[in-house]
Amino acid sequence: MNCLEAGPLIDFYADGELDAARILELEQHFRGCPACALAWRNAQALKKALKQEALFFPAPAELRRRVRAELRSQIEPGPARSFWNWNWLTAATSGLATACLALLLTVTLNRPSADQRLAQEIVSGNIRSLMASHMLDVVSTDQHTVKPWFNGKLDFSPPVKDFVAKGFPLVGGRLDYISGRSVAALVFQRHKHIINLFIWPMQTRDSNPAVAASLQGYNVIQWTKAGMTFWKVSDLNEKELMEFVQDYDTENPPGLPLTGTN
Amino acid sequence: MEESERLKVFEQVVLPHLDAAHNLARWLAGNDHDAQDVAQEACLRAFKFFGGFHGDNARAWLLTIVRNTFYNWLKKNRPSEIAGGLDDEALAVEDVSVNAEAMNLRLADAGVVRRAISELPVEFREMIVLREMEGLSYKEIADLSDVPIGTVMSRLARARKLLQKSLAGEFQTGGQI
Repeated sequence: MNCLEAGPLIDFYADGELDAARILELEQHFRGCPACALAWRNAQALKKALKQEALFFPAPAELRRRVRAELRSQIEPGPARSFWNWNWLTAATSGLATACLALLLTVTLNRPSADQRLAQEIVSGNIRSLMASHMLDVVSTDQHTVKPWFNGKLDFSPPVKDFVAKGFPLVGGRLDYISGRSVAALVFQRHKHIINLFIWPMQTRDSNPAVAASLQGYNVIQWTKAGMTFWKVSDLNEKELMEFVQDYDTENPPGLPLTGTN
Repeated sequence: MEESERLKVFEQVVLPHLDAAHNLARWLAGNDHDAQDVAQEACLRAFKFFGGFHGDNARAWLLTIVRNTFYNWLKKNRPSEIAGGLDDEALAVEDVSVNAEAMNLRLADAGVVRRAISELPVEFREMIVLREMEGLSYKEIADLSDVPIGTVMSRLARARKLLQKSLAGEFQTGGQI
């Protein structure tokens, strides 16, 4: 494990959400890397400070008394009272959607720094997915199960294809969060290698051929087609990963954004 | 169930979590007055929907309602804070090289830590409160705030980077809470 891999895992470790195998790798890395060991101590110190009692706001006695009194008056017979606004669920949902839209980042190939940051996020997303509990939200080898699962969870409909005949069976999918927006993540397998394919719509309908890069020991391939951007990441070698891209590109009809294109 | 019986069960099962409810409301709303309004309304709403609660985690259930109540309140009373949302700058938190000594000094000062948390964007602040003060798991936070678990992870990571950055920075003059 190197520093770039260890970095994102430090928080998960501090939160007790890392699986045993990775804990061992991480602890081994700390022994040889003073910088990450320091980051780990800082994470612990921050956590401890955030748990201190002085930061907690217990309910004042007055609130406790008022709540009890209001509850009593609720069960006493009398005219119906209306305390709440039934729109709260809608409000929360639309607020979230607005926030997501506001977050949309445009990334083009002539902005290397943004691209590098995105590639880093993609690799982190891949590493997150390899943690025990976060690979799949929907487990199915059937594209007709995986594709509809995204309905209502995303503002676009990701193209989902299975390539079992070519040796890349679909394993499932999940929602992920890249570059400030919810994206579709499809998971494929090639022998023992896991391949994550991240898909989300672009603001333009340009198509760009696949570009490959290598980051933290993972191969990353990015291409755009018909208004969708595709990021594929795996520890699989670049040649085989590229074959898969060509298959996906030729057999795949363009995905259609559900909310219209800008 | 009789109404009075229902209230008795509610008082035993849900009201013990009033402190947690108020704490979340206080961190979200940012002041005592609004926090109490939100917490109280959430409790009344929880009682209304108590018949639909069959889970085993009354605290997470109540906190879900507090959170929804708060965002509803925010939309009604301070819509600009929602429209602002998270911005790219907040998203693109660079890795910080933390001055550990400075940070440890500041961590010991509850007032300084409190101000650092309160300066976080609300979407990040709630993650810190739910994870660190309430000790909820990523999964529980994801369910509670209706976002993917990956969003919880990345918001928490960014929130912590922002906190480390502000707590490890130079001491500012004045402005103590």
